[in-house]
Amino acid sequence: MSAPTLPSENAIASVVSPSGYAIEFDNVSIAFDEHVVLDGISFRLQQGETKALFGVAGSGKSTLLKLAMGLLRPDSGRIYVLGEEVTCMSEQQLFELRRRVGIVFQESALFDSLKVYENVGFRLTEEGLPAEEIERRVREVLRFVELERTYDMFPSELSGGMRRRVAIARAIITEPEVLLYDSPTGGLDPVTSNTIVELIMKQRDVYKTSALLVTHRLQDAFTMATHEFDKATNQMVALPKGQLCEVPMSFLILRDAKVIFDGDAHELATSRDEYIREYIS
Amino acid sequence: MAFELELISPIAVAKDVALAVQDYTLLSAQSLANFFRRPLYTGDMLQQADLIGVGSLPIVVLTGLSVGALLALNAASTLQRFGGVTLIGELVSLGMVTELGPLITGLMVAGRNASGMASELGSMVVTEQIDAMRALGTDPTKKLITPRIAATAFMLFFLTIIADLLGLIGGYGVAHLLFGVDTNQYWTTVWQTLVFRDVFTGLIKPVLFGFIISTIGCYYGMSTRGGTQGVGRSTTQAVVASSVLILVVDFFVTKLIFAIFGYR
Repeated sequence: MSAPTLPSENAIASVVSPSGYAIEFDNVSIAFDEHVVLDGISFRLQQGETKALFGVAGSGKSTLLKLAMGLLRPDSGRIYVLGEEVTCMSEQQLFELRRRVGIVFQESALFDSLKVYENVGFRLTEEGLPAEEIERRVREVLRFVELERTYDMFPSELSGGMRRRVAIARAIITEPEVLLYDSPTGGLDPVTSNTIVELIMKQRDVYKTSALLVTHRLQDAFTMATHEFDKATNQMVALPKGQLCEVPMSFLILRDAKVIFDGDAHELATSRDEYIREYIS
Repeated sequence: MAFELELISPIAVAKDVALAVQDYTLLSAQSLANFFRRPLYTGDMLQQADLIGVGSLPIVVLTGLSVGALLALNAASTLQRFGGVTLIGELVSLGMVTELGPLITGLMVAGRNASGMASELGSMVVTEQIDAMRALGTDPTKKLITPRIAATAFMLFFLTIIADLLGLIGGYGVAHLLFGVDTNQYWTTVWQTLVFRDVFTGLIKPVLFGFIISTIGCYYGMSTRGGTQGVGRSTTQAVVASSVLILVVDFFVTKLIFAIFGYR
């Protein structure tokens, strides 16, 4: 399946942060009501890399994304996003940083009282852009996710997959340097999932956006590790056998509030850890 | 199946209450400070003013008329025994303008709008829309709470004036039609009874009540936990808390004004 292009794609380039990493977690812990959700989590997300986060339900994957966004504060440890330490920033400072980061929530989290174009153009409206400019960019990004026809509809009139794609459109409209996806393919049919995986892959390969991808679907992450987005044909293509795992894709597995694996697809496939082998089998 | 009775520590309850008061105070202070920060979201303020003010008009008109008429009816039955039925206007104007107008309007708007705010914001919390707004770089207190505070305080002020006026008209209807009080006499009594202090008392209260209704409604909405059941709980708590707080604040404001201006 092919995805349409964004006209401004050549203008989009990933920005290198002072620390050199898009996201860095340094010994981060958080607990809710004595229940430890994340315990001493450390990892780094390289610029332009997409890291897939795995773990059983309740293992703290969504919490980890919210920590990266500064929506939650850790009990201990440090988090750096685009070179800035989010753990010591005020909410007002975080609002500025969040303009450079996009997030797609698990249930889309579209504003149900606003129409699709208002949802997608929310950030641009807040920035005070002229109405014509907002409409142009909203149509452009909706075309990118193949949903221009939903421009004037309410989120309640869309299917789950369409809502997820509108949420992606809302997240990428300002061309963020980092994208956080929280189970973007969860509960969707294989065809829609594939469309969304292709969109994420396009963000990675064409726009070089760094991303954390929370998912339960191993096949999605492996598709991303074994395929790349071809600009010429405007669709994803399988990598030749010798070049497998050469795309900027890595995996991180959480278990019992700790990181038990952080590496690429090859390392994951050859891991001797019993739990990991069972998990990927 | 055996039910276990869970004992709640009084210290834990006290801590929870203290924490809630702290959170409410912080939210209110932050929302007020937002009036001095840009952007001001005047469009959202106007939209809320329409929802809260114009939307509450029918209920305020009805209650204002009814309360004024009932006040006159009850006052007349007592005054008749002393041959002072012509004093109905004095009782109705004083009762409506200083006390019942602001109080009844406040309670009506609390029932209608504190619940509305709590359920709307609560639904946004449980569906992660508030988190999404923060993630999109917008301060929810600025975008959602400050416009509601401004709109409620502003519109309650005018709704109270309307309720007062309709209460006086309701009182006039009863006094004139049932007890034969002369029109000119009624309205002269109404006008001459009121002094600056009464009008000041009657107009300062709705501003305070508006602040209470909106901040309590928004606080319970923003602190919603536990899905749709949580939204229902927040809605009920918002109405109960704002109504009780209105009654308590009403007492202390009246007392304070008596202390400042002296008794009549």
